[in-house]
Amino acid sequence: MALKRKFDTKAAEGDMTAMIDMVFQLIIFFMVLINFSQDDQNQSIKLPSSELAKPAESPLENPIVLNLAFNGNVYMGPETSSIAGLRPLLELEANVLKSNGKSAKDANVIIRADGNTAGGMVQELIKKCQESGYEKFALRAKEEVGQ
Amino acid sequence: MKFKSRSNEKVEMQLTSMIDIIFLLLIFFVMTFKIAAQEGDFNIRMPIGGGSGAADTTNLPIKLRLRSNTDGELVDIVVDETRSFGNDFGKLRAFILQQTGGNAPPNPEEGPEVEIDLDYNLRYAHVISAISAVTGQRQGDQIQRLVERIKFAPPRKPQ
Repeated sequence: MALKRKFDTKAAEGDMTAMIDMVFQLIIFFMVLINFSQDDQNQSIKLPSSELAKPAESPLENPIVLNLAFNGNVYMGPETSSIAGLRPLLELEANVLKSNGKSAKDANVIIRADGNTAGGMVQELIKKCQESGYEKFALRAKEEVGQ
Repeated sequence: MKFKSRSNEKVEMQLTSMIDIIFLLLIFFVMTFKIAAQEGDFNIRMPIGGGSGAADTTNLPIKLRLRSNTDGELVDIVVDETRSFGNDFGKLRAFILQQTGGNAPPNPEEGPEVEIDLDYNLRYAHVISAISAVTGQRQGDQIQRLVERIKFAPPRKPQ
């Protein structure tokens, strides 16, 4: 007795459409969430946390980011310096501001200091910036989670 | 004349290589994804040799002295050299609430000013806690602002 073949001889192919849709959505999700603004952050610095630390509604004008590590090193962009040797870098930034018709007074110095750093070092850093004409400072802290 | 009929087979795209690349992209983003905590700023205006903002001769700044031990831990919070709160920031905030009446001035350049004088070794995390206690308090999702003007005393010499 001849049996009728039930299945097609072609290989069974699953429908990929739904899976590709999902994967594209995941990629878009991660691409949107990737944080490019962390370029100026030094990952070795553990910021102190505060319940009042909320991201600003508008970005600070003319920001200069200084990362102060536990050992007293200051990271300013790609440059590394001690607090005492920071003056030339600050003067350079002030000159850049001047060339744009602004002054050091218009800059916002963002201080990202490690939570274990001596507070006196932060004061010294502020004093060093003041000597170069900077007036506005922002002490950065991370938002306390679980409040 | 006979025409050759076209095949009726469906033209199918080869998806394998595209899916490979998409999965590689997905793995890259998953591996580099990092949930970073939000960051916020405490703004301080400190011109050299001056106070913060406009000179206010009627109100002297509230002097906040933070003492530490040799390990940099907070030992004592003293306000105006008279009131001691131990290391309790809650008491400090209650005192500031009492002083300000719980209302921040409409203009950040006005209102009471706090001058923070700290031991050199004091851990910076305690300084931020003190600034948090002085500048406001969280009420649900809202932040009640108390003192907007903060400055630092000149640094003390390391112990």
